[in-house]
Amino acid sequence: MSTESVPTPTGVAEDVQQKPRMAVSALVTNLREYGLVLALIAIMLFFQYTTSGTLFKPVNLSNLVQQNSFIIVMALGMLLVIVSGHIDLSVGSVAGFIGALAAMMMVIWPLGIFSNPLVVSIVCLIIGGLIGAAQGYWIAYHRIPSFIVTLAGMLIFRGLCQALLGGGSSVGPLPPGFKALSSGFIPELIGTWTLVPPTVNAAGKTIFGSGLSLQMTTVIIGIICVLASAFFGIRSRRTRERHGYEAEPFSLFLIKTVIMSALVLFLVYQFATYRGLPVVLVVMGLLIGLFVFVTKRMTIGRRIYAMGGNAKAAQLSGIKTERLTLLVFVNMGVLSALGGLIIAARLGQAVPAAGLGSELDVIAAVFIGGASAMGGVGQVVGAVVGGFIMGVMNNGMSIMGVNVDYQQVVKGLVLLGAVIFDVYNKNKA
Amino acid sequence: MASTILEMRNITKTFPGVKALSNVNLSVEEGEIHAIVGENGAGKSTLMKVLSGVYPAGSYDGKIIYRGQECQFKGIRDSEHLGIVIIHQELALVPMLSIAENIFLGNEHARYGIIDWNANEKRTRALLKKVGLNEDPKTLITNIGVGKQQLVEIAKALSKEVRLLILDEPTASLSEKDSQALLNLLLEFKREGITSILISHKLNEIHRVADHVTIIRDGQTIETLGKKDISEDRIITSMVGRSLDDRYPPREPSIGETVFEVKDWSVYHPLHAERQVIKGIDIHVRKGEVVGIAGLMGAGRTEFAMSLFGRSYGRRITGEVFLDGKPIDISSVSRAVEQGVAYVTEDRKMYGLNLIDHIKHNVTLANLDGVSRHNVIDDLRELDVANDYRKKTNIRASSVYQLTGNLSGGNQQKVVLSKWLFANPKVLILDEPTRGIDVGAKYEIYTIIARLAAEGRAVIVISSEMPELLGITDRIYVMNEGRMVGEMASTEASQEKIMRAIVRGEGKAS
Repeated sequence: MSTESVPTPTGVAEDVQQKPRMAVSALVTNLREYGLVLALIAIMLFFQYTTSGTLFKPVNLSNLVQQNSFIIVMALGMLLVIVSGHIDLSVGSVAGFIGALAAMMMVIWPLGIFSNPLVVSIVCLIIGGLIGAAQGYWIAYHRIPSFIVTLAGMLIFRGLCQALLGGGSSVGPLPPGFKALSSGFIPELIGTWTLVPPTVNAAGKTIFGSGLSLQMTTVIIGIICVLASAFFGIRSRRTRERHGYEAEPFSLFLIKTVIMSALVLFLVYQFATYRGLPVVLVVMGLLIGLFVFVTKRMTIGRRIYAMGGNAKAAQLSGIKTERLTLLVFVNMGVLSALGGLIIAARLGQAVPAAGLGSELDVIAAVFIGGASAMGGVGQVVGAVVGGFIMGVMNNGMSIMGVNVDYQQVVKGLVLLGAVIFDVYNKNKA
Repeated sequence: MASTILEMRNITKTFPGVKALSNVNLSVEEGEIHAIVGENGAGKSTLMKVLSGVYPAGSYDGKIIYRGQECQFKGIRDSEHLGIVIIHQELALVPMLSIAENIFLGNEHARYGIIDWNANEKRTRALLKKVGLNEDPKTLITNIGVGKQQLVEIAKALSKEVRLLILDEPTASLSEKDSQALLNLLLEFKREGITSILISHKLNEIHRVADHVTIIRDGQTIETLGKKDISEDRIITSMVGRSLDDRYPPREPSIGETVFEVKDWSVYHPLHAERQVIKGIDIHVRKGEVVGIAGLMGAGRTEFAMSLFGRSYGRRITGEVFLDGKPIDISSVSRAVEQGVAYVTEDRKMYGLNLIDHIKHNVTLANLDGVSRHNVIDDLRELDVANDYRKKTNIRASSVYQLTGNLSGGNQQKVVLSKWLFANPKVLILDEPTRGIDVGAKYEIYTIIARLAAEGRAVIVISSEMPELLGITDRIYVMNEGRMVGEMASTEASQEKIMRAIVRGEGKAS
């Protein structure tokens, strides 16, 4: 109300006054920002307890990642779609269609050398992009609501998926090289380090708890990631301070870094005791990193947020909103295609129902992650954490033996609760 | 001596961390027009919200005595029940419903939930006649202009048997003609015994109609003036708490060569293909010159500016644009920005700002390349830029991380200006740069404009406030019905001359 009537303190007085308040307010804003991560950790601990420790077992962690990666990959695209003020209901169907197409190309059609998994994957990603462009064209240049265009797309591509597979049948098995995308692990280059040599008991079985060895490639990658993030964190603090701006309080930075590092190292350790990092986790990790960079640091990311916040103002600031919208949907198409490939690779075959209903999980992940349905608001990390919250709940409840029907009820309640919490928080602020 | 209809005593209202009103007193006489003035954020709207029950009894301290009785309104229904009706600055009409439906919205003549449309229409006709609006009650709100919408709001208030009408800046978006009609209507209501409270920034209007003026500053009543004491100087002094000897900053224009030139510019309406909105306009602006475009609402000034700026308005646009004597292509906004042409919109909330983002991101939006390398934004450089412009344009905010949606109108305008200053344009078109902004902030905006010209830029100012144009420009074009109908040096111009040009132009056009 009275930003104008409050006189601005000037000069040195301002800095001195603000210092003690800075620390507190930084903590408060950060708590809100990290609330979602804390919620994820709480949910994980809850299921760790209720599943008597199954959740964090290395095998289960690998499963969890492999089952949910396609949701998170598509959520990255969906975040941009929702931030730009649109929605895409077709992603599940497009994923199913691309999975079917990939299977046909690799298994049924006589394409010779072109049925190579890598070639097929690249072609499929391009086709995904074209599908996104086709839908985005109507949305961007003819201003047809995205809800309608992608609803049509949802029907069209589910139908095409089923038609391609010849009615209700599934197509497979897919070549092992392709399946590695989902079920493979990164190759061990350095070797394993045996912590506890396996002890064989009288019956010829290994005793539980023994035979602990670490996949060193995984461990090294984990350590590099943690060190790199700490290094860049400190460096960015330094530059801020050199420019005369106050960085967040050092204690907060330290706590954050230590907790995140511990978490990452713990997960890496768990993976290392099993078969190392799943390939799909690496793909996902790289994509997450890329999208964080694009949204936080690149001009195109900034323009998408501006467009979602006020399309007209963005346009009058020289942003080519139509082209940008098209690109957002092309990106979504490519990621839907990648999602479809991941699904097919995990199942080892293409089925007519692949990705059915997953658009809702993807959209839910983005909204749980704090995006606004009005556009202009939302974070990549939020969407990823939202995706993991959905995934951990799926996984945990399955292990607990909760009926599938009630799993949906719980997921629905969590989505509603998360958004209500967000709105409540915003109104209070 | 008239009796007192309303007394607000020692009203204090606190928001978390801010004391919005502190011991405000207001006394309104039956049947008068009482004006309330004050800078943006002074607390006028808050006071009216307390009065109308938007902030319910208990959420503030102090007493409201209305027609001799102490009132404790729990909501807007309670106050309306007693005939207190508030018309907000942002009109609360449903665009896709008809005039009649809007007037009786929530208050329909109905039996058992079934609406009697004939009765509604009949009543509507009577009300429209009273406010002097000649429209079919079935006309959709979206199809009538803002001025007429305002009248519909007033008709709606009348339908509620209003005794005390509160108008929050009713003429802010009205043309001169519509404003006059509205003020006449208030005077007529006065004769019928309806009391009005008028919140306004326009001192000349207050001068014309108000019987008393209460001045509010920083949440406190400064003084109430009677009719004979009302003078612009007195009001301004009280409003800003200091005397503004000069409402316009002094400047010494140093005018150079012609920088920007538009020749034979014609534009057709985007929907009605045969309607020509802009009819062969020629203008030119010189280096360091501030040129004004005067005209009535609907003269086509905004349409002209927006069609120039990246063809953001209209169809079948023809004409030539020259920058430094060379023809340039500004057929898209990004091209226009690249060539050094900037347009600051008249509607900063709709077209100027991303209200859900903070100052920093808004300031750099039109020139992201200026803070990035290889499309990667340098966060610190951006922060430097934002802080720099915050200081230069005197944006009052806790930091550059404050959301622009939470800023007052004047500060929002400074953010929009900063955005375009950072784009470093050679030619700057400012469309109603001081609309809805209080006197203090206006002066600051004028100072920025003067500085831009002093830096050697060409500045075009579109404004409906003639004194403002006379005060800050070097030369004035007069526009009417899509044509330039006059051009004069500001030193030789006057409000009468401008009006004469418009009227003569009207004659020519018909």
